[in-house]
Amino acid sequence: MTEPEQTYSAAAEVGQIRARRTFMERLRIGAKKVPLSAWFGMIVIAIYGVFAIFAPLIAPYGEAQVFSTPYAPWGGDHMFGTDQIGRDILTRLIYGAQNTIGIALAATLLAFVIGGGLGLAAAINRGLVDQLLSRCVDILMAIPSLIFALMLLSIFGSSVTSLIVIIAVLDSTRVFRLTRAVAMNVVVMDYVEAAKLRGEKLGWVMRKEILPNIMPPLVAEFGLRFCFVFLTIAALSFLGVGIQPPTADWGSMVRDNASLIQFAQYDMTAAITPLLPAAAIALLTVAVNFVVDWFLHKTSGLKDEH
Amino acid sequence: MHPIVRTTIQRLGLGVMTLFMVSVIIFSSIELLPGDFGEAVLGQAATKETVAAFRKELGLDKPATVRYYNWISSAMTGDFGTSFSGRAASGQDRSRAVVDLVAPRLWNTLFLAGLTAIIAVPLALFLGVTAALYRNSLYDRIINATTLSTISFPEFFVAYLLILFLASLYQFFPSLANITDQMALGERIYRSSLPAMTLTLVIVAHMMRMTRAAIINLLASPYIEMARLKGISKGKVILHHALPNAWAPIATVIAFNLAYLVVGVVVVEVVFVYPGIGQLMVDAVTTRDIPVVQACALIFAATYIILNLIADIISIITNPRLLHPR
Repeated sequence: MTEPEQTYSAAAEVGQIRARRTFMERLRIGAKKVPLSAWFGMIVIAIYGVFAIFAPLIAPYGEAQVFSTPYAPWGGDHMFGTDQIGRDILTRLIYGAQNTIGIALAATLLAFVIGGGLGLAAAINRGLVDQLLSRCVDILMAIPSLIFALMLLSIFGSSVTSLIVIIAVLDSTRVFRLTRAVAMNVVVMDYVEAAKLRGEKLGWVMRKEILPNIMPPLVAEFGLRFCFVFLTIAALSFLGVGIQPPTADWGSMVRDNASLIQFAQYDMTAAITPLLPAAAIALLTVAVNFVVDWFLHKTSGLKDEH
Repeated sequence: MHPIVRTTIQRLGLGVMTLFMVSVIIFSSIELLPGDFGEAVLGQAATKETVAAFRKELGLDKPATVRYYNWISSAMTGDFGTSFSGRAASGQDRSRAVVDLVAPRLWNTLFLAGLTAIIAVPLALFLGVTAALYRNSLYDRIINATTLSTISFPEFFVAYLLILFLASLYQFFPSLANITDQMALGERIYRSSLPAMTLTLVIVAHMMRMTRAAIINLLASPYIEMARLKGISKGKVILHHALPNAWAPIATVIAFNLAYLVVGVVVVEVVFVYPGIGQLMVDAVTTRDIPVVQACALIFAATYIILNLIADIISIITNPRLLHPR
């Protein structure tokens, strides 16, 4: 008679638990680890998103609707008063979310398509393509981007399309550098070699083999780039060469109502009016920065201590 | 040849090359204009003859290479051609030379940038080094949180906050920085104090964070650890071991931020109506006055490139590994 062998394997015990965590459970566990600053950031971004998407439903009046009293005080029919030609500030703020964030998002996406695509191509095809693209990018980056954007806008004129394309092209240089640098480490991996030997096409190798492995730094960069593009567009609009009226936009709203600041001693609320859109810009960038910080911390174990 | 000289010459060559390419890009911007921009500048009523004369004055009848050569060689001597504005359809020409528009404003901008740099650089270095030395202390955390938020703010937000509190609510400083040549130095500084303060706030945040990161990076290296383990005093570790290697990152940080200052100046000048080159460029962009835009872009880009070049060269010639080659 043989005794059943008493064996114990930790791997078997761990393996016994069959029930996998559902998506919601994993989400809840993940959410517990999120720091307060990142929560704050995500909630702020979500609120901005809702306002941007449902702007026409939320806004009390029309985007370019003009009322009889310019520079109306706060309260009454107009919660934040009216601007220099009598448009409702609150309405313009809500529509501004849609326009400013929408344009910044479009420019960032385009920058990632151009910069990311070329960066991957340069990392895979070392040699002439890489040299050529890298030198071009070096030269483009030697010109400060705000100055370059101003120069290009003076040539092509300030329309929304040219704004998006110009900023996307100028910004894609940074994306190119980053994508190329991180993709360079992945391209030399065996599985990429295997895929190439299998006879996969360039597009497949880029999308299925390399892209998933360089995603985390690119996502973090997307957040930072978005902030940068958002601030650039706000600055250009503030300078009067970005988004043109009557389209509501935060940068130009600051400029249009700036003269109200001098009445701070008599009516504080009026003086704050031009700061509202500026604060809206600042709050969103701070929120995105918080989320990106947390994301970088989480994905790369990047820590600021030695 | 000594490795330092060789590397420096290489870097200088690269810098000149970049400047050349950038000037080509800026020059070719006029090529990208639509063919009928002569009519757009002179107005609808312009006759064929005035348009032809205007095109001839710009040299559009010559090949682009010749025009580039003429443009860059006169730009070297400070002649950037004449402005597009002030030209009438009748052929009457009241336009001014670009250099007359740019030169006085360039000095104003350099004055503002210099004033900011004098305050900002020592302040940022002090804050950055102390924050790195007392890492993770309350002091470090407070400075970090403040600078992170200042970085996220658009420049005009910082500027208007300062105006609201320092010029409007409590009238310490004038909110308009309309300086003129006749003003005494003290008056000029007083009037430019708010723009200088705004730029300082923005730039100190960047510079301080970069200095802090560079110093922390340096203090983590093995030879510093070794020096500490040997029992050398803290001051000596910093002065003898850390500092020789810190010059390069510090020079990079300073030059990078002065270059950043060149760009930041544009928005701040517009906010405070400061008569500088940044405001001139924005006005020229609005009126599509291409010669002025080109001149301003060239000046901004050249300053930016030269500052970065200086930083690179400083980091090359202070590099201990190159100074004492084996």
